[in-house]
Amino acid sequence: MSDTLTGRRSVRGGVGTSVPRPDATPKVTGDFEFLGDMHADGMLWGATRRAWVPHARIVQVDADAALAMPGVHAVLTQDDVPGHRYQGQAVTDQPVLAEGEIRYWGEPVAIVAADDPETARLAADAIVVDLEELDPLTDLEAALERGEIFRHVPVRRGNPDLHGEVVVEGTYITSTEDPAPLGTEAGLAIPDGTGGVDLWGPTQWVHIDLKQLAACLALAPDQVRVQPCRLGGAFGSREDLSLQTHIGMLALRVDRPVKMVYDRTESFVGHVKRHGSLMHYRHEADRDGRLVRVDARILLDGGPYQLTSNAVIANSTYFAVGPYRCDNVTVDGYALRTNNPPSGAMRGFGSNQPCFAAESQMDRLADALGLDPVELRLRNALRPGDQLATTGQVIEEPLPTDEVIRSVASIPLPDDGSDDDPRHLPGGTGLTTPRDRVVRGVGFAVGIKNLEFSEGFDDNAEARVVLTGDGAVVHTAAIEVGQGLVTVLEQIARSTLGVSQVRVAFDHTGQIGSAGSTSASRQTQMAGNAVLEAATAVRELALARVGGDDLDDDGVWRGDTLVASLAELTAEGPIEQHVDYHHRPTDEPDEAGQGNLHVDFCVAAHRAVVDVDPDLGLVRVVEIAIGQDVGRAMNPQQLLGQIEGGIAQGLGHAVMEEVVLDRGVIRNASFTDYLLPTCLDAPHVEAILIEQPSSWGPFGAKGMAELPTMSATPAVVAAIRAATGRPLTRVPVRPEDIVAPDDTGGRAR
Amino acid sequence: MIVTLEVNGEPRSAEVAGWESLLWVLRERLGLLGAKDACLQGECGSCSVMLDGALVCACLVMAADVEGAQVSTVEGLASRAGLHPVQRSFVDEGAVQCGYCTPGLVVATAHLLDERPDASHDDIREALSGNLCRCTGYGALVRAVAAARDAAATAIDPAPADGDSEDRS
Repeated sequence: MSDTLTGRRSVRGGVGTSVPRPDATPKVTGDFEFLGDMHADGMLWGATRRAWVPHARIVQVDADAALAMPGVHAVLTQDDVPGHRYQGQAVTDQPVLAEGEIRYWGEPVAIVAADDPETARLAADAIVVDLEELDPLTDLEAALERGEIFRHVPVRRGNPDLHGEVVVEGTYITSTEDPAPLGTEAGLAIPDGTGGVDLWGPTQWVHIDLKQLAACLALAPDQVRVQPCRLGGAFGSREDLSLQTHIGMLALRVDRPVKMVYDRTESFVGHVKRHGSLMHYRHEADRDGRLVRVDARILLDGGPYQLTSNAVIANSTYFAVGPYRCDNVTVDGYALRTNNPPSGAMRGFGSNQPCFAAESQMDRLADALGLDPVELRLRNALRPGDQLATTGQVIEEPLPTDEVIRSVASIPLPDDGSDDDPRHLPGGTGLTTPRDRVVRGVGFAVGIKNLEFSEGFDDNAEARVVLTGDGAVVHTAAIEVGQGLVTVLEQIARSTLGVSQVRVAFDHTGQIGSAGSTSASRQTQMAGNAVLEAATAVRELALARVGGDDLDDDGVWRGDTLVASLAELTAEGPIEQHVDYHHRPTDEPDEAGQGNLHVDFCVAAHRAVVDVDPDLGLVRVVEIAIGQDVGRAMNPQQLLGQIEGGIAQGLGHAVMEEVVLDRGVIRNASFTDYLLPTCLDAPHVEAILIEQPSSWGPFGAKGMAELPTMSATPAVVAAIRAATGRPLTRVPVRPEDIVAPDDTGGRAR
Repeated sequence: MIVTLEVNGEPRSAEVAGWESLLWVLRERLGLLGAKDACLQGECGSCSVMLDGALVCACLVMAADVEGAQVSTVEGLASRAGLHPVQRSFVDEGAVQCGYCTPGLVVATAHLLDERPDASHDDIREALSGNLCRCTGYGALVRAVAAARDAAATAIDPAPADGDSEDRS
């Protein structure tokens, strides 16, 4: 089981083992205290008054009736923001509360603190918001025409006059997707009695929250302690502030703790979504199927505020071609401002949309060439030493594109499924589909994405390791969102120190510096390397302190003699080391989008097998196989958890998950109407892990958790195309896209 | 009004308002925070509890309707001897990620295996389809339930359980 790198005895729960996560036990007993479970003596409850129109001018906000209600302690609006009135990670353009205009459906206008949640809700409803409705801008072409551009990312590479003999073109749409973490937004703010505040809210990076909160609350950074939170999932939705500034304002105003919890509908408008997109592609290849040029235009719907759209559109642009070689590339990526709900991060972070379009194009190209789709992909697969098609960056780290494709294609196909158990048929126990009407299809797709932050960002993570007689404690401000960072950091510390007794302490912003964001698949490598370096130094200090040559659970050894137990070793004080880890610098793009913009990449390939009822347009995903680049499998069980969970989200976006927008209004802001995959929708998963160690990740590990989602979506759609012959250029695929008359579009294959 | 009920074998009572649900009473009046509140529409199963022997979404049950009822929650499953076998297998099989859906799923699984100790792979998938999980993709969950089923069968009868956890369909 264990992987002993140091010490005389096997360290328990080291790197490479499927050790259970340390918080699993309190989570199965119900004792784990999530944000929404928190309580403080004397606390009030907050509620938010929202405007349920997508675009309007605010004529007047009248809080008199709400303030007159018994049990109401405060009603605050944008005029009450103590400091900077706007928030945002890079560009602060989002008003804390609506200012002058309503720019999206559900935008917060005012906040209330009251004795109990029902009073707070009724008071919020009693606030009179007088609006003059305006036309919402919700169409991407119109937004581009009007110049409502957050960021334009151009790529110009190679010779614009070179063309291929075989040309395929297509226009693709991906709808807006909700991250839909099971835990809704919740938070608690407690005034510290000296003008400052302790604040627990849904976050993936406490220090970026601190920067915004200190500015908005007009406090010094050491007066706001952003606390580590216990989240019910994230998937990107917690990267931007939701209720944190609001509860901070209320708590400071009433000088009492204030708690706020969103219900599901409020959660739909309270966190960012995966950008909806409109993409046009033209692929040109030679007769052998080698890509000669790719031209693409990618429009992302950012909603009204920039948030992370400037970085999301960079990913969409730089990964527009996928993991393939091509020397002549033109891409124009635009993140656009609209009155649709705010978009931001979601697992894959802008790489998923072009993955759907580009992989659909590769299938069209294979069809036009009469080539097998797997063979076409292998002929173009991006390998170490090649240049990324968009930025021209030479791939210097391991990148097993070939291997993930070959491995997934080598897995035997599942049997035909000849039984009549309705649970094995599209439509399920609805008994809509006889077996003899079922058509099977198989589809492939491949995805690539960057790891860590890119484009010149100085990306860092701090950690501190402290060794005492009781073992080691790892201190970090990195956020555990459920993915299992807590387990991996413990494993890294154990295998490095040689000591099994390790726990992770999640610190607040006043206790340790930034670990950066729990996003971009970065914490295994970033926080992981900080812990690796700190633990390495602690081990060396321990050996030096008593003149030993080895450390394990017993203590320090010299030859065969135990020279000091852990308690004796640390009797004069704990041994500790603090590390601020930075990955190697990356370039900012030049005006043609060229440069070494990324520190590393990860790839995965999916094969989907679907059964389709072509009469009703119902789909059952039978199996998804995946070949996944992992660098080194730190915890095989957790890796499989990321793979299966990611696949379910990718499948969801392929066949059911869509935020239904009607001129800016969300028509399905509930779990009754926004469909998430259930246990019966989840396919059998066959996974092959490709271990080609990273030169710089801890123990050779790579971040990987976004990839399982990305190419799952195009693989499922390719399989439905194979079964039905429909073009299917939009996700999610709806039943009407499958059963529509033939004249709605050409057949893809 | 005052509602009196039995929760995990203990008599409890609470002063409740007319709008309150059983979930609200458990969480806010009785301090039992295990059941969660992810959708409040009976779609996600995160608030699953047992009410007079039936598996219910506590968010859909009015507090006024539980007078005299017997309720058991996730907090009642573990004993002094340790975790309930279902809880143990959730931990061992990696069925827990963020954990928000976990208490509801643990209750639903314990109920399933009480009712159908020989539940097949497909029975498990169907029985748990009322509990949404956004993290795991359900693979580890189904493996955990099958492991708990097989462990229980082995405990009763040394013969191998008639399970079908290898069933790929």
